[in-house]
Amino acid sequence: MKDASPAKIYALHIGVIALLFALNFVLPDYHQGLFARIMALAVFAMGYNLLFGYVGLLSLGHAMFFSAGLYGAGLAVYQLGWGVPEAFVAGVACGALLALVIGLLALRTSGVAFMIVTMMFAQVFYLLILYFAAWTGGDQGLVIQQPSRIIAIGGASLDLTNPTVRYMSALALFSVVLLITLVLVRSRFGRVLVAIRENEERTKMLGYDTVANKLVAVVASGAICAASGAAYALLFGYIGSSFASVQYSILPLLWVLLGGAATILGPLIGTLFMYYVTDITSGFTSAYLLIVGVALILLVLFFPKGVLGSVRQRWLGWLP
Amino acid sequence: MADLPGTESGLLAISGLDCFYGEVQVLYGLDLVLNKGEVLCLFGRNGAGKTTTLKAIMGLVPAAAGSIRLAGKELTGLAAHDVPKTGVAYVPQGRRLFADMTVAENVEIGLMARGKGKATRERVLDLFPLLRERLKQRSGTLSGGEQQMLAMARALCLEPQVLLLDEPTEGLMPSMIAKIRETVAKLRDLGVSTILVEQRVDAVLSVADRISFIENGRNRETVDVEELRADPSAVRRYVGVG
Repeated sequence: MKDASPAKIYALHIGVIALLFALNFVLPDYHQGLFARIMALAVFAMGYNLLFGYVGLLSLGHAMFFSAGLYGAGLAVYQLGWGVPEAFVAGVACGALLALVIGLLALRTSGVAFMIVTMMFAQVFYLLILYFAAWTGGDQGLVIQQPSRIIAIGGASLDLTNPTVRYMSALALFSVVLLITLVLVRSRFGRVLVAIRENEERTKMLGYDTVANKLVAVVASGAICAASGAAYALLFGYIGSSFASVQYSILPLLWVLLGGAATILGPLIGTLFMYYVTDITSGFTSAYLLIVGVALILLVLFFPKGVLGSVRQRWLGWLP
Repeated sequence: MADLPGTESGLLAISGLDCFYGEVQVLYGLDLVLNKGEVLCLFGRNGAGKTTTLKAIMGLVPAAAGSIRLAGKELTGLAAHDVPKTGVAYVPQGRRLFADMTVAENVEIGLMARGKGKATRERVLDLFPLLRERLKQRSGTLSGGEQQMLAMARALCLEPQVLLLDEPTEGLMPSMIAKIRETVAKLRDLGVSTILVEQRVDAVLSVADRISFIENGRNRETVDVEELRADPSAVRRYVGVG
């Protein structure tokens, strides 16, 4: 993170947003849909990266924050008949509140214990979804129909099932979270988080309340992941317990590691890479996971800090 | 400058301090006084309790009994992150820098901790001109001596009244040891009181005002450096070297 003008850094990230905007007009339908999904999930990865990449806390329970947003928004629409904007806010609030409670409990631990505690809480959350199947739809999940996914703005309306509206909505969320993350990690708070990751005891000795800072990071991370989940429910119209399973706690870790932990654009690159490698290889063989595995091993061998992390280390030291 | 050795008017006063690591008692009713503007050296064998004393002052090891007072204010019971706010800064053994951050970022994080600004930064960098030339360098790539200077610089960004230095010359070459010593002396002139943990007699005699001999978790004796120069028997008695 060595010496680059803020203008250069912001120009790069706004450039990426502009590129994604332009892609909407040139991508074939299938890839447009895939990109919308990738952007929504990249937000999940960015939320995870805030905690893992910048604070150094490895959680195996982030599926619960994603699902809190997913179910918070989805059930508000499905069961309570709320509008899309209110449901989205409800989803984010659910994730933030849950993250606050989990943070207060889990931050009493660190390292492997933190990993296990977060995983256990996520399993409890997953089982609760199955237990309250009458409300949540259990393992079958719930489909949010098209009429419930229309946003009325004055006389006009935005239909989230429309591919372009869906793409642009995912892009809007991605852009907002990208810029918030960028500002956050470059702020005083962001630098304290990195200091905690580097040496928590030393940071404490400088007079920083490391537990309070970590708690704020957990809540911010949970809220961002919940925003991703809420957007996913509303944009793609499905909520299901599989999103709360341990697999969805491991996926963001994988995306972040591939793209580059503690890099702003790494989560997008990691998510994009995983989706396309899986998508392309599954077209050739049913044993596509084997190819994905080989690709991942090669990536780890040649880019041990993830794609963007390695690029930063070797060539572009100024990349945030 | 320094008050009489061990007087009650000290800036930092430790009395009857007991500390444990789990079931094991490490400090036994330790008494110690640091006067305003002096350099007090804690001297003793490995495992005597020197580092534990510093950690207890910083709240990293809880005090089971006794008190630690800074200018009359009780420090025991404060959360570890609140102790630096009272005016105590700690440079631990092994430096513990933020290795992935640049020199400038390490200094910055120290400044931010107490809301200090450019004036403090300049004052600190004036003490360590070598760091000024390395501001953009990643701190993990600095030499051992430079890392020690940076660790001290970062602590001084808090503008402390009391500086705790745990074996700052460990593993350094003689020229760097001399520079660290010079800096400690300069800090004394600036009014910063220092507790210095050292294993090397020669590293201490030229810079300390008083020396406390710590043995088995107790302060056996505190002597003035001048007295020690005249009669080095205390060093032989407690450490076995002279």
